[in-house]
Amino acid sequence: MSTRAKELITIAIIAVFSVVIYILKITGVMTGIEFSGTVSTIIIIAIFLALLVILIRTLRGHLVDRRTVFLFIAFSVALPLLMNISQKITVSGEVEQVYNAVIDLQPGSRVLVSFDYDPASAPELQPMAESFLRLCFMRDLKVIVMGLWPQGPQQAELAMSTILEDDEMKAKNIKYGIDYVNLGYQAGNEFVVQRMGSDFKSMFRKDYSGRAYDDLPLVKNVKNFSNIDYSFNLSAGYPGTQEWVQVAVDRYGLKMGGGNTAVQAPMMYTYLNAGQLEGLLGGMSGGAEFEYLANFTGKATKYMLSQSFAHMVVVAFIIIGNAAFFRSGREKKL
Amino acid sequence: MRREIPLLITGIVGIVFVLQYFIPHFPFNRMNAWFSDWFSIVAAFAIWLGALNLMKISFQKVFRRKSDWGYAVVIIMSFLLMAVVGFAEGKGFRDQGTAFDWLFQFVYTPLSATMFAILAFFVASASYRAFRARNFEATLLLLAAFLVMLGRVPTGDVLTGFMPEGMRLSAVASWIMNFPQTAGQRAIMIGIALGLVSTSLRIILGIERSHLGGGD
Amino acid sequence: MNHNCRTTKQTFLRRDFLLLAFLIIVIAPTLAAQQASDTMPADTVVADSILVARTPAPPISVTVQDLPNDAGGSIKVNWGLSPDDVAGGKARKYRILRAETIDGQRQEFTEIGDVTSGATEFIDGNATSDVEFYYKVMAVNFLSEDNETIWEATSKSDEAGPVKSSAQWFDWRRINVFVGVIVLCGFILYYINQAKAGKKLFIRKIAGLEAVDEAVGRATEMGKKIFYIPGTQDMDNVQTIAGVTILGRVAEMAAQYETWLEVPVSRSLVLVTAKEVVKEAYTKVGRPDAYQEDQVHYLTDDQFGYAAGIDGMVVREKPATIFYMGAFYAEALILAETGNSIGAIQIAGTAMPSQLPFFVASCDYTLIGEELFAASAYLSREPKLLGSLKGQDMGKAVILIAIVVGVLLETFGIWKLSNLFTVID
Repeated sequence: MSTRAKELITIAIIAVFSVVIYILKITGVMTGIEFSGTVSTIIIIAIFLALLVILIRTLRGHLVDRRTVFLFIAFSVALPLLMNISQKITVSGEVEQVYNAVIDLQPGSRVLVSFDYDPASAPELQPMAESFLRLCFMRDLKVIVMGLWPQGPQQAELAMSTILEDDEMKAKNIKYGIDYVNLGYQAGNEFVVQRMGSDFKSMFRKDYSGRAYDDLPLVKNVKNFSNIDYSFNLSAGYPGTQEWVQVAVDRYGLKMGGGNTAVQAPMMYTYLNAGQLEGLLGGMSGGAEFEYLANFTGKATKYMLSQSFAHMVVVAFIIIGNAAFFRSGREKKL
Repeated sequence: MRREIPLLITGIVGIVFVLQYFIPHFPFNRMNAWFSDWFSIVAAFAIWLGALNLMKISFQKVFRRKSDWGYAVVIIMSFLLMAVVGFAEGKGFRDQGTAFDWLFQFVYTPLSATMFAILAFFVASASYRAFRARNFEATLLLLAAFLVMLGRVPTGDVLTGFMPEGMRLSAVASWIMNFPQTAGQRAIMIGIALGLVSTSLRIILGIERSHLGGGD
Repeated sequence: MNHNCRTTKQTFLRRDFLLLAFLIIVIAPTLAAQQASDTMPADTVVADSILVARTPAPPISVTVQDLPNDAGGSIKVNWGLSPDDVAGGKARKYRILRAETIDGQRQEFTEIGDVTSGATEFIDGNATSDVEFYYKVMAVNFLSEDNETIWEATSKSDEAGPVKSSAQWFDWRRINVFVGVIVLCGFILYYINQAKAGKKLFIRKIAGLEAVDEAVGRATEMGKKIFYIPGTQDMDNVQTIAGVTILGRVAEMAAQYETWLEVPVSRSLVLVTAKEVVKEAYTKVGRPDAYQEDQVHYLTDDQFGYAAGIDGMVVREKPATIFYMGAFYAEALILAETGNSIGAIQIAGTAMPSQLPFFVASCDYTLIGEELFAASAYLSREPKLLGSLKGQDMGKAVILIAIVVGVLLETFGIWKLSNLFTVID
C-alpha cells in the first residue's frame, strides 16, 4: 500500500471515530459511563500483562516500535478517565505553602491572579485556576485577575463560570467589581509587570468587559503591588512566573505563589528555595494536592489516575528499553 | 551608514536600559515603558511582513504546483477564513458567541491542545530511548528518573507505604527536586545569566554584529 | 481623637428611632462642635451607645515619610496596630485619610484607600511630588451583607505630617547590583582589550559546534536539506540573536557546499533579520546567485501552530540535518522527537533550562546554556569575542568563590553573606 493510501485511510478512520464519539456525546450515551471495579482491575491487569509480554519479546530480541509506546500511553491516559479508583494523595511542602498563604489572609484581602497561559496548556492549569479561585472566594478574599497572554483572561472567565455552577459558590453571591475583577490582557510581557509596580491603572485603563478602572470599587484604590496581599501566577512559559519573580517579587516585594506546567516547574524550585516564591503547584499532581488540601474534588484529582497510570507505563518502558540495551550489549561482547 | 545607524541605536538603547534600572528619576523611570511600547508598535507592524511572506510563499507553491501544494491551499484557506470572519465582525470580534469566537473555541483551541498533548507521547518515547544504564552517570540519571516519576504520583506511596514517612517515594522525589535538581538548575542559570550579560555587552558595544547581516 | 458612628440600614433606625431622636437632640450639638476641627462629612454624625461600644481603639503613633529610592509621587504611611486589632477584635480594617496643601492652604481630609487588619503600612502612590500632605489612619469596625455596609464604627488617629515626596537620582537599594555590573563588565572589557592586544586565549572544545561541519557535510552527501530553527521568540530575546548569529556561519557553510538551507521562522522581525543574515552569508562566500528569497520564510507566531508546521515539513521533506538554536518552550521536544524519528542529525542549543533535558534526550549534540552564547566566538575565533568569554569566566570565578565562602560563613553561623545579594529592603 502506498504511503498516500495509508494516510487517507488513517484520516478516514479518525474522521469516522470522531463522528461516532460526537454522536454518542450529543445523544448522552457517553455521559456517566464508568467502569466497574472488576472491569477496571481487568483492564489494569491486561495492560501490565501486555507490558510483560513486550518485555519478554524484547529479551528475545524483538525490539519494540515507538508506535507501540504511543499506543500504550494513549490507553494509559484515556482508560483511567472512565475508572473510579480513589488514590491517597500525599501533599508536598511547596503546595502546602500556597494553601497556607491563602488561609492566612484576612477576609477582604486582595489577591492578584495572573493567567499567563492559553488553551493549549489549559488541561494542566485550568484545574489549578479553578481550585485556587474557589478557595479564595470560600475565604472571602477579593480576587483581581489579569493576563500577560492574550488568551489568559478568557481562561479566567471560563474558570469563573465553572466554579459559579457550584451551589456553595452561588451562595457566596460573588459580585463583579466588588469581589472579583478581570482586568483583561495587556501586551508588553514583563514591562507590564514593571509598570504595574508603579501604577496598575496605567496598564489597565479598562477591564476585560470595557469598564473604566475607576468604576470598579475593588481596584479603584489599588495603586500598585503594595495594595496586593498575595498573588498567584498560572504560567505555561514566557512571560510567566520567572518574569513575575524577577520584576514584581524582586523589585517590588510582592508575595507570590506559582502554578506551573510540569515541564516548567523544575526551574521554579530555584526561586522556591530562595524564598522568592511562596509556594508552587507543579503540574497535575500539584493541582490534585491543592484540591486535597482545599477539600474539594476537582478535575486534577480526577485526572491524577491517568497521570499515575502513564507514569507507571513510562517506567515500564524504561525497564524494557534497558532490557533491550543490556541484551544488545551482551550480544556485542559475545 | 547601513551598519552604523543600527549599531548606534542598539548602543544607546542598551546603555539607557541599564541606567534606568539604577535611576528612578524622570525621564529614566519612563524610558523602559517607552522603549517597550516602541518595540510593540514595530513588532505589530512587522506582523504584516510575516503574513504577506506566508501568503506569497503559499500562493507560489500552489501556482507552481510544487510538491505538497495541497497543504499550501489549507494555509491560504484558513488564513483567509480567520481574517475575513474577524474583520466582518468588527470591533467586538472576540466577544463570546461570535463566529470568530466559535472558530477560536472549537477549531484553534482543540488543535493547540492536541499539539501540546503530543508531548505526553514524545516524553514516553524519549524516555524509552534516553534513560539507559550506559555508564555510571547515566545510571544515576535513570535512577533519579525512576524515583521522581513514581514519587510524583500516589502510586509511589502505595508501593512504599510500609516505610516510615520520610523514606517514602514522595519524600524521596521531593528531596531530589528540591536539592540535587535545584542545584543543577542554579548552576545552569548562573552560567546562562553570565552568558547573557556578556552577549548583551558585546551587542551594546557593537563587537557582536553578525546578527545585523554578514561578518564585519 | 474623635469617634464617628454611622448607620445605614433603615430597619435599625426605625427600631431605635426614639432613642436616636433623643441622642441627636441632646448629644449631637456637642459632637458636632467637637467635629468642627475634623473634616468628616456631616451626614455621618449619628451616635448610639451600641455603636460606641463597637468602636475600635484608634491606631497609634502614625509616621509618614517620602518613599526613598523612587521617582517621587509616593509616601509611606506607617502606624502601630489598634489595641483592638486582635483575632476577633473590633479593628477589622484601616482606612487611610489624606489632606493636601494647595497654595499654603490645608484642604479637607479625604479617604485614599484601605487595608485589612494586621497591616501597619500603606503606600500612597498618588502623592504629587513637592506638595505637602497630612495623613490620618482610621480603625474601622463594620458589618456588611451582600457587599452593602449595614453599620460602621470608626476611630481616627492623630494626624501625621507634613510630608513631601520627591524623585531620586539613584536607587541605593540596588547599589549591590550596580557594583556587580561594574565588576563583571570590567572583567569583560579588560579581557577584550587583552585579546585585542594580541594575547592568546584558550577556549575549550565544544562538541556541538565541532559537529556543525560534519552535520552540514552529511546533508551535502545525502543531497538533502538542512533545516535551521532559530527558536520561537522574537528579536528582543538574546537567545534569538545568538541563534541568528550562528545561522550566519551555518549559511556560509551551506553556501560553500551548495546545500539547500531552509529557515522557517515564527516571528516577523526574525524573518527580516534572518533573511538579511543568510543573504550576506551567501554573498560573503561568493555565492549570491545561490541565495533564494523563499529559503527563509515565515510560518506563524503561534507556538503550537509553528511546531505543527515544522513537524509537517520535517516528516514530508526528511531533511538530513536540523539545527535548533534559540529560545524554546514546550515545542522543543515535539520538534526534536519528530526530527529524531526521521533519523536526521540534530544539533540543538538553548538557554531554557526546562527544555535542555528534552534536547539532550532527542538530539545528537546540545549546546547547554552559555555554550549557545559562546558559539559565535567559538565559530569565528575573533579575539574580541573570545576575550569577552574570558571575562565572563572571571565573573563566574567570583560567583564560585562567593558561593563557597557564603556556605562556610552561614554553616558556621558567622554571617549571612546572602544579605549582600538581596535587592529589596
